[in-house]
Parts: sequence; C-alpha cells; structure tokens
Amino acid sequence: MSKLHVSTTVNGDSVEFLCDPRETLLDCLRDKLNLTGAKEGCGTGDCGACSVTVDGRLVCSCLMLGVEADGKDIATVEGMAEGEELHPLQQKFIEYAALQCGICTPGVLVAAKALLEKNPDPTEEEARYWLAGNLCRCTGYDKIIRAVMDTAADMREAS
Amino acid sequence: MDYHSPASFTEASALAAATTGVTRFLAGGTDVLVQLRSDMVTPDLLIDIKKIDGVSDITRTSDGGWTLGVAVTGAEMSEHGELGRDWPGIVEAMDLIGSTQVQGRATLVGNLCNGSPAADSVPAMIAAGVTVSVTGPDGERTVPVKDIPTGPGRTSLAKGEVISAVNIPPRGPNGGDAYLRFIPRTEMDIAVVGCGISLRVDGDTVSEARVSLGAVAPTVLLVEECAKAIIGTALDDAALDALAAAASAACNPIDDKRGTIAFRTEVAGVLAKRAAKIAYARAKGEQA
Repeated sequence: MSKLHVSTTVNGDSVEFLCDPRETLLDCLRDKLNLTGAKEGCGTGDCGACSVTVDGRLVCSCLMLGVEADGKDIATVEGMAEGEELHPLQQKFIEYAALQCGICTPGVLVAAKALLEKNPDPTEEEARYWLAGNLCRCTGYDKIIRAVMDTAADMREAS
Repeated sequence: MDYHSPASFTEASALAAATTGVTRFLAGGTDVLVQLRSDMVTPDLLIDIKKIDGVSDITRTSDGGWTLGVAVTGAEMSEHGELGRDWPGIVEAMDLIGSTQVQGRATLVGNLCNGSPAADSVPAMIAAGVTVSVTGPDGERTVPVKDIPTGPGRTSLAKGEVISAVNIPPRGPNGGDAYLRFIPRTEMDIAVVGCGISLRVDGDTVSEARVSLGAVAPTVLLVEECAKAIIGTALDDAALDALAAAASAACNPIDDKRGTIAFRTEVAGVLAKRAAKIAYARAKGEQA
C-alpha cells in the first residue's frame, strides 16, 4: 500500500507528511512530526492522554486516522505556551502540583483549555464531567480540578 | 488497507459493492478504529464518508421533522438547542456515550451500525420512530432504525449498502421522549439496561406511545406490550406497574460481568417506569 500525502495545520504551522492509512493521528504527530506531547495511554479512546483539538473540537488523536487530518486545523499541548510564556493553565498546574507522573497531563491541559474556551465559568461538576475522559492513574484529580477552577477564575478576572 | 474518501454516497456504495474484501465505512471512527487497532476487524477497504456534502448538517425538514447527516457528532447534537427541545430523549441518549473526546467524533449512525444491543442512541431512535436512508447498488431505500440491527455486531445492510441520512419525524404537539440507562457508575460506561420512550398525550391521557429496551436481548427491542400498557391511561400507578411488568417480560438478556439476567430483567421495568414519567412530563410541558 502506497503512503498517502496529508497537508494539515498543527499549532498554526502548515505541515505535510506521508502516512500509511492505518496510522492514527497520534502516530503521525509523535513519529512524523516529533510532537510527543500527546501520549498513547490506552489507544482505544478511554484515557484521553492523546487529547488534541481538531478544528477546535476536543478529540482523542488515537481514534482518528492521520489521513483524516488533511485540511484540518490541529492543536496540541505544544501550542499552548507562547514561547517561554506558559499558558495560565500550565502555570497553575505547576503552582498546584496538579501532576504526578505527568503522562496524563498534556491531555488534561488540552481538554481543560477546550473547556474554558467553551465555558469560562464552569461549575466544579461541569469541569469534572468534561474531564471524565482524561484518566489519571496517579489519581491526582483533586489538584487537577482545583487548578482548572482557579485558572478559570483568574482568566475571568483578567478578561 | 485501501482508504477512500468518495464525494457521494453513490460512489461510496459502488466502491463497497465492487470489493471482495472486508469493508468498513468510517464516520466518527470511535468503534472502527478500536476494532482496527485490536485486530478484531482489519478492513481491506476503508471508506471515509466525511468528505460527502451535507454529512455534518442538521436540517429542519418541511414537515417539521429533522434530517441529520451521518457524520453529525454527539457534541453537535447537544449544542444544537432546537433539536434537543424537540427530541430531548434522542439527544440525551447520544450524549451519554463516552467522554467529551468521544462526543467530538461519535455519530448516531456509527452507534447503530456497530450493532451493539447496548448502544445508547438506538432505543431512543426506535422509540422516536426514526428511519435511515440507505444508498445501495439498486438506489435508495428508507428503513426503520429497528430493522437495521440483526444481532450483536450484525446489521441487515446488504453488500454495497451505506446509510446516507438519519430521518427524525416531526415531534408534533403534546409529545415527549426520554432515555435512561443503568450503569454502575455515573459516566463513561456501557448500558446494563437502556430504555427509550416516546409518547403523546391528549390532556392527561397517553394517546400514543413507543417503548424500546436496550441491552436486554440480542437486538434492541421495540416492545408493543409496553406501549399498550400505558396508552389510554393517565400514567397512574397501575399503568406504570403494567408497563414495568411488560418490560420485564420482554427481556431475554445475557448474564455477564455487567449484570445478571435477574438484575437486567428487574431494572428494565424500573427504568421503563422512570423514563415514562419523564417523557410524560415533557409531553405535558412540565419539564424540559
């Protein structure tokens, strides 16, 4: 099977790659574009460690083929900071120590950013449901939720 | 594996009809990619239908019903507003499936064609009387959702046939629907029992009803005895008990790690009562 040519936008940059149609978007991000922020936890869409946004929509990159990214606008955790300036969520995750081993963190950050863009003032229950698809096996959920809620409050104040 | 993204359903159908190998259609991919990865199903031909015009559209039809494109996601349905005011049961059933991430990709038609008896959206669609348009080598036909699944993982679609639209009937006046499922946790699980109910009232009296049960038989059931138990009643306790008894009597479930036969049979009755009360309150405009 010949490889397919894909043109897409990742974190604002136009990129092109060749992929086998069986390769997932996660495989392509990690192995072809060297964007290793998105992690493979389960590979079956249960854990959320591979979360990215596609045209602004939060998805598991392990449940999407690389070829489906053609013409789309992809955002990954690598695009969250602006140069040395961390995104407020990233800053707050450090402050709250909202991570232990860190494998789930990129996915949680991308998912939390998508939440706050859609709903800048979520209740704790809304935040917990939104992030229910991001599993943390160190079970650090409380700190994650507190960091997200505090970021939301800060960002509302700043805007 | 060959990957194609045709520009029309006729072309998609022709591709599927012409191949001798295993074919899968790709919409949201939340089941297909899992099967691909786990080597459960390795298609020779994967036909991505998302490049076809209109597949992401939610359109009000001239008779007051709805046409949904086959790639409309759960998230898009939940965000729509008007669709959810007409058919809250269908939208809440779809919304129960998976995480936020899965909602960003998963579709009604994928949930249907995956053929799981526990598919959450299917009892809601059957209760609502939803049909699907099927494009095949011999043209287009319209099929009730209840006639698509034939067993776990199997559908009545013939070689070369592909579902090309979801047709939701007009809600009409004084109608309401609801879907409930039992899972042992609050989120991210597969139904142990699911129940979809759509009904219409005339004053306090139920004038029409359709009751569908999921995860209690090899396919999702449309249970006429349940509808008969509540039509002509004001959904009083006797009617609700008769509904529950009819729901339990219709069950033919499996025993598995998620629920025993006895448990599923009992819970089907309980959920039918609760879903009927919600649908009734919605039909009377007492509840959103």
